[in-house]
Formats: sequence, structure tokens, C-alpha cells
Amino acid sequence: MTREFSGYDAGASIAVAVHGLRVRYGATLALDGVDLEIESGLVHGLIGMNGSGKSTLFQALMGLVKPDAGSVELFGAPPAGARRAGRVAYAPQNEDVDWAFPVSVRDVVAMGRYGKLGARRRLGAADREAIDAALERVELTDLADRQIGALSGGQRKRAFVARGLAQGAELLLLDEPFAGVDKRSEATITALLRGLAQEGRTILVSTHDLIAVPELCDRIALINRHIVAQGTAHEVLRPEPLAAAFGGFVPAEALRLHEATA
Amino acid sequence: MTDFVGWFTDPLQFAFMRTALLVAVACGLTCAILSCWLTLLGWSLMGDAVSHAVLPGVVLAYVLGAPFAIGAFLFGSGAVALIGGLNRTSKVKEDAAIGIVFTGLFALGLVLASVIPSQIDLFHILFGNVLGVSNSDVYQVLGIGFVVIAVLLYKRRDLVLFAFDPTHAHAIGISPRRLEALLLGALALTVIVALQAVGIVLVVAMLITPGATAFLLTERFDRMLMIAAAGSVLACVMGTYLSYHLDASTGGMIVCVLTVQFVAAYGYVAWRRRGHVQETTEETLVGAV
Repeated sequence: MTREFSGYDAGASIAVAVHGLRVRYGATLALDGVDLEIESGLVHGLIGMNGSGKSTLFQALMGLVKPDAGSVELFGAPPAGARRAGRVAYAPQNEDVDWAFPVSVRDVVAMGRYGKLGARRRLGAADREAIDAALERVELTDLADRQIGALSGGQRKRAFVARGLAQGAELLLLDEPFAGVDKRSEATITALLRGLAQEGRTILVSTHDLIAVPELCDRIALINRHIVAQGTAHEVLRPEPLAAAFGGFVPAEALRLHEATA
Repeated sequence: MTDFVGWFTDPLQFAFMRTALLVAVACGLTCAILSCWLTLLGWSLMGDAVSHAVLPGVVLAYVLGAPFAIGAFLFGSGAVALIGGLNRTSKVKEDAAIGIVFTGLFALGLVLASVIPSQIDLFHILFGNVLGVSNSDVYQVLGIGFVVIAVLLYKRRDLVLFAFDPTHAHAIGISPRRLEALLLGALALTVIVALQAVGIVLVVAMLITPGATAFLLTERFDRMLMIAAAGSVLACVMGTYLSYHLDASTGGMIVCVLTVQFVAAYGYVAWRRRGHVQETTEETLVGAV
């Protein structure tokens, strides 16, 4: 089935709906009763400490872990259908990628098209156009033939966003997009993701870095094995929910952000 | 000049040399193609494991008069299944699971070979005997080699995707587990091909070194496949000739040539990088002035 992204459907719809999600790894409870709804066409931030369950929640959205209880729906249906249709894209964390791997930036972006191709995954003219357009959108056209590890931290992130665009994904999951990225690249990525949301795509970003959040995210969810608080930056970045999310410790920069968003 | 040509052509008058070269080329090509993925995935230990684990299968096949490829494949894929099962169902780590399974099966093979009275030449199984390959073995090696190469090249983009980012494969509805199974199956079959040329003990060199050498020399996967294939075929042919002329172990000779290639590639890359660093330092200095 071919499916290209065709803009935002009228009316705010729910891209991701998670209800009562519980995931256990051996004796550890990684997620305990997560309830989360994500409207399409917005940038959502998922914020929590290391070990708060951000990555597990991402894996659950992708169907990589089996929940012990609860449900995950993407676009109102079980996630497997959305994956097969190429509606979900994922940009991995830095440490999950082998940066010495012998693939070019263009090769990586081309992998976004594979779900729609035949058994040999040979690219056609339409695929090449989609790849070129995606590279152009993230401003990596000039670097397309570089080996993927020859890019800077911010460029690497954009390459994976381009893969999601070439795929025609409506929902982009980005794991720690600001890790190892300098301030200027952070602004470029923020502008890019805001633009993609304006086109009607849904962006879900996980981060433990609060500084970038108010400018990037329309909605924020604080997570600490369950969703502690959800809302706009101003609603959520307050002392009580932050203390609950960060285990009693309220990061000073978070409070300054709260004043700034007032 | 005639000496030089004769060095290559004279041995060809013997049927066993022609067969040996054919098997060596098939082996070199099959191993080189697979080695590109094994190197990138970090599956060296898995290659070592599968190659050692086939020993009881080969011994039993000879005893029963069955094609050795069938015995080798059953035990090779059996070892893969055992390692995966042990890994999933106990807290034993993967490298320990691999170590336990392959040494256990290899030991079983040694015991079988020593207690079953037969014509089995253990030395040939362990260290290869490409100069004494029988015709039926040649057909098995060529057939299996052709199938493995064809399937790997046909699915090469999916296999690169699997090696680079299995999570993305899953996200777009391509099953990483199926691709993993395909590579493991190819590994079990490739070991059978390589057994004939270099023997059980040195198979892992054929499965890793060509890909690792090529990986040092390029940043493109398709070029890596070509460099690995060229280097590996060259090593297998040269190794066979050298072993003929010097009356030395064929498997040993082939792996020596492969290792020399790797060392040369390593040296070349280190030398080039040093040159590059000096150049850039000079540029920076000039720029600073």
C-alpha cells in the first residue's frame, strides 16, 4: 500500500492514545499505569530523568516491548497497522547508532522508503524525488554523499528526521534529539520540527534537557514511571509536578523557565 | 617470464589442482560476501561457534555415508538455535552461551571421531584438505555457495538496513527477526563451503578478515562487498598456489595471505591518516599565522 503524507485532516485528532500501560523488565517496573493522549499536528515533549521510562514508552509505541497491561493505539488502531503503512518514524539516540557504518547520508534517508518497495528495495524515480525533497527540507543536500558519521551532532539528527520525511511518516518519535548538539544546531532542529508540526505532522520528543523545551514543545508530559503532569509548558513546569518527576529535586533552570513562560 | 606464467599454469595440468582452485574461488567469494555483514554486526564469535559446532555433524555424515553438507548444516543451525534458546531462557550472557554450546559440540565431535572406527581423517576436517576434495563435495560446495551468494545479494539492502538500524526496520513493518534468521542460515551454509577449503579451525578467518579489511578501506557498503570479494578470492587462489609450490598447509596459507592483506590495509590507513593529520596541522598553522 502506498501512502504519502497529505497534510493535516480537519479537526484535532488523537495520534497516540496510551491507556493504563504497564511494562515490566524482570523485577523492575519500567512503566506503571501510563495514560497519555497526543493530539496530532503539535510538538509534544516527554520529559523525565534517566530511568523514568521515556525509552520504554517509545519502545511500547513502536511495539518493541510487550505490555503487561494496558493498551497503545496509533491513529485509533493497534500500532502494527500504522507501522506497516509507514505512518511512524523513529530517530534513534546517539549511542544506539554505529556511526562508523559504511552508509552515506543519502543511503540512510533512502531507508525511509524501504517499506514501500519490492523485495530488493530498488529505488524508483518517485523514491529518488522523495529522498531529494527530504534532504532539501532538512538542509543536508550538500552533505548527502558524506558517510553518516562524518556529520556533526545536529546534522546527524536532521538526517534521521529526513529519513522519516522520505518515509512520509505522520508521527515522528525523536529520542533525545538535543544530546550532543550545540546551541546553534539546537535552534535549527527546533525550527525544523516546528515547521513540520505546522504542516500537520505530530512530533514526540523525549528529553531530560529542560532548556530547549518551552521554545520547541506545544505540550509537555512529565514522566516518572507514570505521567506526572501533562499540559502546556507554563502549566507543567511548576515546582510540585517537577519535584514529582525528578524525585524531589527541582532543577533550578526549570523554575526560571516557568517565570519566563509566565 | 615463462617461469612466472608456468608458476600459475603448470599446476593446472593436475585435476586435483583445478578442483582445488574452483573450490577455493567459490569459498573465497561466499565467505567474503557474508563477512561484510558479520564484521558490521560484530558476529565473529558466532562465526567461530557455528564452524566448530558442525564437527559432530560432519563425523556422523561420513559414518552414515550421507552428504557431509547435511550433517554440517543440521549441527550448525542446531548450535545457533541452542545459543539463542540458552540466551533467552537463562541469565547466562550471550558470549558465555556461545562458548558453552560450541565447545560442547566440538568436544562431542572429537569424541565421536575417536571412538567410531572409520576412515575419517580428523586432521583434514580440522585443517581443511582442498587438494583432496572429492567430486561430490565439489558439487555441494558450488551449489551451496551459489545459493548463498544469490540470496545475500538479492536481499542486500534489507540486510544492510538490519545491520544498521533494526529498530527502523521494525518501525516500517520489516521483520528484523526474519532478516537475522536469514543471515544465520547463510552463516551455517557458508561454514559448510569454507570447511572444505580451510577446515573447521580456520573458517572464522574466512568469515571475518575479508570484511574487516574492506571495512578499513571504504565508507560505502557496495564497495566494501567488492573489495572483500576481490581480496578474498585473490587470497584463496594465491594461498592454494603457494601451498602447492611450497608443499605447505593450504588452509594455513590462505589465511596467512588474508591476514597479510589485513595488515597491509591497516598500515595503509594508518599511514594515510598520519599524512592527513600533518597536512591539516600545517594548514591550521598557516591559517594562524
